[in-house]
Amino acid sequence: MRKEIFPRELEHEAIFIMREVAAQFEKPAILFSGGKDSITLVRLAQKAFYPGKIPFPLLHIDTGHNFPETIEFRDWLVKETGATLIVRYVQDTIDQGKVREESGKYASRNVLQTQTLLDAIEELKLDACIGGARRDEEKARAKERVFSVRDSFGQWDSKQQRPELFDMLNGRISVGENVRVFPISNWTELDVWNYIREEKLQIPSIYFSHERPIIERDGLYWPYSEYLNTTEDEIPFTGKVRFRTVGDMTCTAAVLSDAYELDDVIGEIMAATISERGARIDDKRSEAAMEKRKKEGYF
Amino acid sequence: MDILHISTAGSVDDGKSTLIGRLLYDTRSITGDKLEAIEATSKRKGLDFTDLSLLTDGLIAEREQGITIDVAHIYFSTQKRKYIIADSPGHVEYTRNMITGASNASVSMILVDARKGVLEQTRRHFYIASLLRIRYVVICVNKMDLVNYDEQVFNEIKSAIQEIASRVGFEGQQLQFIPVAAKEGDNVVTASTHMPWYTGTNLLDFLEQCPVADYLATAPARFPVQYVIRPHSDEFHDFRGYAGKVVSGVFKKGDTVQVLPSGKTSVIRSIQVYDEETQQAAAPETAVITLNDEVDISRGNMLVKAGDHCPQLTELRATICWMEEQPMMAGKTFLLQHGVNRVKAKVTAVDTVLDIHSLETAEGKNSFALNDIGDIRLKLAKPVFADVYAENPENGSFILIDEFSNNTVAVGFVR
Repeated sequence: MRKEIFPRELEHEAIFIMREVAAQFEKPAILFSGGKDSITLVRLAQKAFYPGKIPFPLLHIDTGHNFPETIEFRDWLVKETGATLIVRYVQDTIDQGKVREESGKYASRNVLQTQTLLDAIEELKLDACIGGARRDEEKARAKERVFSVRDSFGQWDSKQQRPELFDMLNGRISVGENVRVFPISNWTELDVWNYIREEKLQIPSIYFSHERPIIERDGLYWPYSEYLNTTEDEIPFTGKVRFRTVGDMTCTAAVLSDAYELDDVIGEIMAATISERGARIDDKRSEAAMEKRKKEGYF
Repeated sequence: MDILHISTAGSVDDGKSTLIGRLLYDTRSITGDKLEAIEATSKRKGLDFTDLSLLTDGLIAEREQGITIDVAHIYFSTQKRKYIIADSPGHVEYTRNMITGASNASVSMILVDARKGVLEQTRRHFYIASLLRIRYVVICVNKMDLVNYDEQVFNEIKSAIQEIASRVGFEGQQLQFIPVAAKEGDNVVTASTHMPWYTGTNLLDFLEQCPVADYLATAPARFPVQYVIRPHSDEFHDFRGYAGKVVSGVFKKGDTVQVLPSGKTSVIRSIQVYDEETQQAAAPETAVITLNDEVDISRGNMLVKAGDHCPQLTELRATICWMEEQPMMAGKTFLLQHGVNRVKAKVTAVDTVLDIHSLETAEGKNSFALNDIGDIRLKLAKPVFADVYAENPENGSFILIDEFSNNTVAVGFVR
């Protein structure tokens, strides 16, 4: 048998946080993207409340630019776990005239989805949204709290954060405020992968090597799809790739890969020389891109 | 694989970020693109070396001011264990951030600039590590390259800190002194060739062998009930499980437990972690416990092992650190949160306030300003089930919440 290398202390910590959410809030939801981090959250929620059901719904903000494999997987997981799924669409927010589609070859709906999320929080009266963000992803996230209080515009003020001492979580909020909760704050990318392996969790097929049409841009491989604006000299070709993170088809870069099994994926990650968010084009816009988007209510 | 939680404290320019950057770099925890990014930034700033401190200084405001202003969490691992570093600022106005960063640590890493020696900040950092009863304190005397790797300088700093330890330290506290040159990497993960007079361990080797919270198992058994699981499903119709975290000690199946505050006793029927039954749960594991008898138990109640007496406090004395801009004086009311248990509390007296600069009791001071540390007395509307912090730290701390702003305004340690 393989030696366990996932530090179980992280799982206990996350389960404790899940239960604090259920105890301290009236209407929490898990923000579910279909990516490995949110799949991990669903597993942790299952464990936290077993043999009871997960006491909150999954909320998916559907940009319309998802990988079809992700949507397929999402629907399978909901059926498998008996969880409740709520979907809200960025397309509706665009149709309502609240946001405008970006143009140009870097156009994506990544920024637009913030508005859809804020609308959903208001409509569903959510007081806590559980997300799969991790502090190791990016420098601005390294200072994020486990319970992160947001105003009604969803804004994060890095200077007004509540101190979090020991494991005591303070989820008291005023009307209109809500809290973003990050149970896997202290996990690294490798921790998530090792957890998926040890728990034998299913994940969408795009995490494994497969053939798909791609283009090359700025030294990265982009999945070619009807949603991606391309220039004339960006000619699609077939590549053997996998994805390290699951965002939109317009802002997630692929890596060339021969990893068909989880062990191979983990092996490639350990040997990799590009960090996980390096493959997220949305962070590349400027060095401080993530912090700016967080202040505007992005996850 | 276990986790070692480290908190760092240091002045703005004693090279703390560089030291951490060095740890990450030398343990190969930096990915290629991140390294490229800081190499490019270093060049842009006109530096002739790669500034490793750029790895950890995150927020825009910090980059503007060139200092670290909050608690940042940094992760790396070796073959042996995973490390989490809480990197907090060193200025006196960030004392609260330092305490926050230190609250989960089993090791405190204090940096001293070899050229400057022991500063007021050093004393304060050491005091906080002792207040929080962090067992292992590693003192890195940094920038040894700038004092010609002089043993004399190192020894003087060492004895100055030993003198502080004799006044504010506690029994069982362990000090480790290491002469370091973080910029070059001397004694960080490899032995220094410049300091043959030092034959002790390097920093990483010291961290690798630091025992993690092994005293937890021998502490009194405490299980605060966090959430009651009642599925009401056909399959688990009568199931009633108490979910929570073992904060200290060990609970075993068949143990007789007492429920606080009711005082009723029962026997542990099962201990479950997800769908698996286990024979025991030890701190800091989470578990779901079921009992043989139907006892009325709700969130905030505490299960203790019969015989492991736990105080029920409606009045208590505590040392607190005040974390809010608005000052605090006797007569104020708050919500006191001890673990997952929240009760109304009133400050009945301010006994002493420490002068954070001299670490002596401040004469005639009876209110707390931001970052002040001192002793108070509290009266509670309902009991909390807390141990004296010095005897069982895991069950001896609390926070105070302002009922109007909802902010966490203080951390307290039961005396």
